[in-house]
Amino acid sequence: MALINKESVKKRMGTRLAANGVAKFLFILATLFSLLVLGVLIYRILSEGLPYLSLDFITNFASRMPERAGIWAALLGTIWVMAVTAPVSFILGVGTAIYLEEYAKKNAFTKFVQINISNLAGVPSIVFGLLGLTIFVRLLGLGSSVLAGGLTMSLLILPVIVVASQEAIRTVPREIREASFGMGATKWQTIRRIVFPAALPGILTGTILALSRAVGETAPLLVLGALAYVAFVPENIFSQFTVLPIQLYNWTSRPQEEFHMIAASGIIILLIILLIMNSIAVLIRNKFHKRF
Amino acid sequence: MVSRDKSNQKSIRSMIQENKSSRSQSAVMEKVVPKLFLICAIISIFTTIGIVFTLLTETFTFFNRISIVEFFTNTRWFPFAADKHADFGIIALIMGTLTVTAIAMVVAIPIGLAAAIYLSEYASAKTRKVIKPILEVLAGIPTIVYGFFALTFVTPLLDKIIPGGISIFNALSPGIVVGIMIIPMIASLSEDAMNAVPNSMREGALALGATRFEVAMKVVLPAALSGVIASFVLGISRAIGETMIVTIAGGSRPTADINLTESIQTMTAYIVQVSQGDTGYGTTIYYSIYAVGMTLFVFTLIMNLLAQFISRKFREEY
Repeated sequence: MALINKESVKKRMGTRLAANGVAKFLFILATLFSLLVLGVLIYRILSEGLPYLSLDFITNFASRMPERAGIWAALLGTIWVMAVTAPVSFILGVGTAIYLEEYAKKNAFTKFVQINISNLAGVPSIVFGLLGLTIFVRLLGLGSSVLAGGLTMSLLILPVIVVASQEAIRTVPREIREASFGMGATKWQTIRRIVFPAALPGILTGTILALSRAVGETAPLLVLGALAYVAFVPENIFSQFTVLPIQLYNWTSRPQEEFHMIAASGIIILLIILLIMNSIAVLIRNKFHKRF
Repeated sequence: MVSRDKSNQKSIRSMIQENKSSRSQSAVMEKVVPKLFLICAIISIFTTIGIVFTLLTETFTFFNRISIVEFFTNTRWFPFAADKHADFGIIALIMGTLTVTAIAMVVAIPIGLAAAIYLSEYASAKTRKVIKPILEVLAGIPTIVYGFFALTFVTPLLDKIIPGGISIFNALSPGIVVGIMIIPMIASLSEDAMNAVPNSMREGALALGATRFEVAMKVVLPAALSGVIASFVLGISRAIGETMIVTIAGGSRPTADINLTESIQTMTAYIVQVSQGDTGYGTTIYYSIYAVGMTLFVFTLIMNLLAQFISRKFREEY
């Protein structure tokens, strides 16, 4: 007696294999869809933006006339905000990560800090804008300044930097720490001279990626009251400012077609900046990353 | 030759002295440094406290002027009308947000999950190495760029496809683009979850004669379900909090009716609209953005906690 009815198995095998083939085709299609969208998006932006792209576009201030408009104020505003955000978020983020990984005891407080950080990462960026508006702009009286914007951005990307730094510190093996202790080094000496240098490439990669997210972030700074039309360059951290994405938003929300074109030109500049930042991050990761 | 220069030599006594002072110095550092780092860690807690505190106090002021019952039951949101006629019914904004989120999920869940299954179950290591960075690029594009794309490409395209046409500002176009923005997130989180399923389970099923499709649907997906669902929930949270795409392409006409081809307004878009206008500090409208922000914060917090709960509670350990 045959336990398996070969005929019926054969019959069903055909449809099962066909289902497999169809499904595979659909899965590939779905994957290709994302690539297609990326291609269309880049093509559209290049075809609309390239004609307006010139050196004047970079060095001109915003203007009511599209052919004379430029991104100089926005570009420098972005650089100013990042000049505040980068050191503040780096120090706070790495400090928190070192505390959590090296010093914190396994208790309720540590767990609370950790949960708190992962929840902060999920808070919409616009809510950080409301926080900055109340605390930095009004309560501390900083106004809609570069400093207020930079500090708000620091808090926004803080969780990303903390998590990336923690992962980087965790990859430093126990043995080299113990070797350092064995040589008579204190805990701080070990962290400063052994753990931190070893984890630095990972920390830097995470920080640069987080900063590149801040460069493209619009909503929190809009809520803070960053200006949309600026014809001056920030002089110090208490100056008012605009940033690239806000300038792009301003142009995109105008009805005239010409402004959409220069918005596309601005997007090209923004994407180039992000591309450079990401390349540096990848370069650091590949070049300096040590495997233990 | 060892140098006999006297000035370069130190007596043993002075070396011990030096060592002692540097040790006491480092002993101070040993005590101070952890406290400095602790302060850094506490700042992250203060950020959360700051968010909750600012939202709560300003929302409280708002509810002193507009009753909380009206806020949650009125379906009309017309804050800019003259004093007596102004309506603050958040349902209109919530409906806008939920409409966009629903459209985004209809786009992102099937495509994101399908891409995740392809990458984890079908694709070779080589293909994966090419496609994953491209997905990362897609995830790294600023939302302002997606907003531009929605307004200048997707909306005109939909206008051609949909028989009756579509208004310049509508729910469908930003919904689709928010979905596209979320695809990489769902794809990579789901793929991580499926990659965590041990190979022995796949091999077991294949040895029994299952096709790859059957392995994916009947073995891998059920085993990775908690991670996959958590990725959906996180995607919903992202869609609810998304601001620029819906501000640019969604318009500013809050409505509780569901009409995909007409202008809407989401909670986030309202906050941007008010901060772009010249609303004075202390007006009811000024406080209303905090009440809306609070609602938004609660929505996303619930989603994030739900995602954590799902991935913790229903995780299958192998």
